[in-house]
Order: sequence, then C-alpha cells, then structure tokens
Amino acid sequence: MKFFEHFGQYLLMLRALFVRPEQFRMYWRETLRQMDDIGVGSFLIIAVVSLFIGAVTAVQTAYQIFGNSLVPGYYLGWIVRDTTILELAPTFSCLILAGKAGSNMSSELGNMRISEQIDALEIMGISTEAYLVGPRILASVIVIPMLVAMAGFLSIVGGYAATIASGYVTSGEFIQGLLTSFRGFNVQLMLIKAVVFAFLIASVSSYQGFYVKGGSIELGQASTRAVVYSCILILFSDYIIAVIALS
Amino acid sequence: MIQIRDIRKSFGNQEVLRGISAEFESGKTSLIMGASGSGKTVLIKCMVGLLQPNSGQVLYDNRDFFSLNRSERKAVRTEIGFLFQGAALFNSMTVEQNVLLPLDMFTSWTKAEKSKRVAEVLERVGLENANVKFPSEISGGMAKRVGIARAIVQHPRYLFCDEPNSGLDPGTAGRIDELILELTREYNITTVINTHDMNSVMQIGESVLFLLKGEKRWEGNKDEIMGSQDEALDKFIFASEFLQDAKKAMIRQGGRGSG
Repeated sequence: MKFFEHFGQYLLMLRALFVRPEQFRMYWRETLRQMDDIGVGSFLIIAVVSLFIGAVTAVQTAYQIFGNSLVPGYYLGWIVRDTTILELAPTFSCLILAGKAGSNMSSELGNMRISEQIDALEIMGISTEAYLVGPRILASVIVIPMLVAMAGFLSIVGGYAATIASGYVTSGEFIQGLLTSFRGFNVQLMLIKAVVFAFLIASVSSYQGFYVKGGSIELGQASTRAVVYSCILILFSDYIIAVIALS
Repeated sequence: MIQIRDIRKSFGNQEVLRGISAEFESGKTSLIMGASGSGKTVLIKCMVGLLQPNSGQVLYDNRDFFSLNRSERKAVRTEIGFLFQGAALFNSMTVEQNVLLPLDMFTSWTKAEKSKRVAEVLERVGLENANVKFPSEISGGMAKRVGIARAIVQHPRYLFCDEPNSGLDPGTAGRIDELILELTREYNITTVINTHDMNSVMQIGESVLFLLKGEKRWEGNKDEIMGSQDEALDKFIFASEFLQDAKKAMIRQGGRGSG
C-alpha cells in the first residue's frame, strides 16, 4: 500500500515539472549549476574508476582466454571494447554516480526541506518541483551520458595500457581487436542506457530528498534510500533494456 | 485585510485547529500567541497555503485563497512576504543573492534596478555592509534581518512572521519587533506574527489572538491583555513564579494606591 502511495506521489512530482517557468533564465542558471556539480564534480572519480575497470577487465580476460592457444590475440581488444561499451561504462559509472551525485541531490534537497527553504520558495510563488527537481533531471540526462562516453573511452585506454604493460598481446593486435566487427548500435545502446539511468538517479534521489520529513536522522535515511533504490532500478532497467534491444 | 473563517486542521486523529475565525487588519501588527503546541504555526501555514486545512476559508482582501486556481494562487503568493523562524535563507547564496531571488524570478527589471532595490531594503533593515556574506557567516539576528529584507523586497501586501525573535537576545529581539512594526506602518502591510514572547506582545501587539489547544481563547490588544479575566490567558502570561510574584506585587501596589 505504501509503495503505491509513494509511486503516486513520485508521478505527481514528475507531472509538476511540466509548468511554465516563472523566469526561464533562472531555471537555466540552476541547470548549469547542476551540470557543473554532477559533471565536473564527478569527472575525477569516474575517470579513475574507468581506467582501472578497463585495466582489470583486460588482464582478467587475457588470463581466461590465453590458456587456449586457439584464441587469436586480437580477441582481447574486441572483448574489452564490447564489454566496456555494452555494460561496464554505462552500468558501473551510473552505479557510482547513484552513490555520489544521487546522495548529494537527496541530501541537498532534504536539507532544504528541513530548514524550510523549500517552503520559502513555495510561498514566494515559485513552482518548487519544477525549479528544484527539473534542472537536476535535465542536467543529469545531459551530463551523465557524456560521463559515460568518457568512461567507455577511458576504460578501453586502461585496458590497452594494462594489456601492453603485461605483454599479453601486442599493441597492433589490441587495436585490431578494437576495430573488428565494430557496431555503432552498441554505442547508441550505451547512450540510451546512460539517459535512462541518469533519469532514474536524478528523479528517485530528488524524490527522496524533496519529500523528506523529520530531522537529520530521516535525512540520512532518505539519502541511503536514494542510493539503494537508484542502484536497484539501474540494474533492473539494465536487464529490461538488454532484453528489449538485444533479443 | 486577511480574514480566516472556521479553520479546522487535523493530522490523523489529532485535531490541531478547531474552528478558528479572525480578522487581521491592514497597517496593523496582529499577533497570534499561545504556548508551544497550541497550533500557531499550523494556523499560519494554513493561512499561506503550505498546509491545506480540512475546512474553512482564508480570504486575502476577499479573495478566497483555497478556491483560487493555481495561477491565481501564485499571484496572491507574490503579494506575501514570510519570515521563517529559522530565517530559511538559501545557504548557497550570499545575503544579496538571497534578497535578489524574488526579483530575479518575478520581475523583468534591469540589473541596475534590482541592485538598487536590494540595496534599499538591506539599508532599511540595517545590513548595508553584509551583501557578500553567506548565511553561515552572519549572526541569528542578522539572518532574521535578511529574512525580513527578502520578505519585503517585492513590496508585499501581507507579511507573516513565525516567531521572529526566537533564539535572539532581548535587545536584538526588541529591535526586530520595532523593525516589523515600522515596516507594517510604512508600507501599510497586513502583518501576522506568531509569538509566545510577552515582550513582543506588549511592544507591538496592536491586535492579539490567544490560542489554547487549537482554539481561539481570547482576542484583544496589548492594552487590554493585562486586564483580562481569562484564567488560561492569565496562566500563560504569568507562567513563572517570578512573574506571579511580580503580579501580586503589582496588585498590592495598585491596592495601596487606590486605598
């Protein structure tokens, strides 16, 4: 019963985003601020994680496939490329972003709710859902796909560096693998996943913060819920997208 | 003028407001007083639409707030200034940006016009040198002043203050009260203030509404309050032993004087 209550309120929040902005310039300014927070603020962690994930994927894949001498060397680049683009870059990056940007959104909005800042905006006549939640969602669906694309690139770079350093294959073989059977659709799928995950992270985390009641304990619980629910929804929608797109 | 008619509000089974009716006149400071938990904050939040009452009407110059559509309500809200108990300043913005926000959002003024207006109101509340400071860098009294500046920057017709001097020393609290009274008269605003501070009541209570357990118990003004025969009001005013002793002494002195 509680689930339907929350789901209904979540849908009402999303509906409230579609109002005419009081001042378009102010909404855009808030969107830019959020893009900076999410994009620039998360760049380093995503870059570091992607490099290492790519490197570990390459080394572990090499360990598994090179026990069999029938597997050509260039397969390593091919496997690293497709694993990264199809799964690791969008899903792993967005799980990290759920923890970083999602909890940040939730706690920022929750703090604004508890300290009556949201009430203050409402009394001024500002559409609070549209002004506070709208820019966060918009900024996320713009910036997170960019971060995911960057993560994909850096993962492959990490994989390349680790492979060359460990001497499993030559540089030429790895690059040949990267170019073998390349399908542009995989990149499209990565970006579709990134957009869907970005929407889920921003909307679920904003919902948790926006409607928080109580004090600092409830605020902490809301941030935790934001991360947990976002992660579960990311994994669930990842499966759904894979089934729909690849079957 | 603001009129409230038979406002009722419950949270679950708990009835917090039990049919409150009152009138708050323009150009006057109207105080709603009562002990903690008497329903003051819920009443003021119902009046501005932050809470939806279960029944009753709130009329802003004969406009029934809860019968208005979304855009009409928005229009009324731009005529309302609200000072929150904790000031509710936006932490990520400077003092100047906090005051500027309503102008940025609702006016098409030039940057120079907006800056001029912000400077005017900050000067009016005595904060002309605090523009670039953040809320975390100013005192509680200053935060309240910024809250007042933000509330009046758009020339509101109605001003609501929720316990404006809570957490302030008596001197600063008195100055905040004075400022609210001056602004109310200067701009002919309908001002409604929640308080449980008797100093405020005696200083600026041009009209006083006393709430007890969600009901209107007494109505009058600061000059009538001491002469009231209402037992609950008397108990609220003279809550401490010190004040009870002072009251007895006052009566004794009055008795000698008249005898």
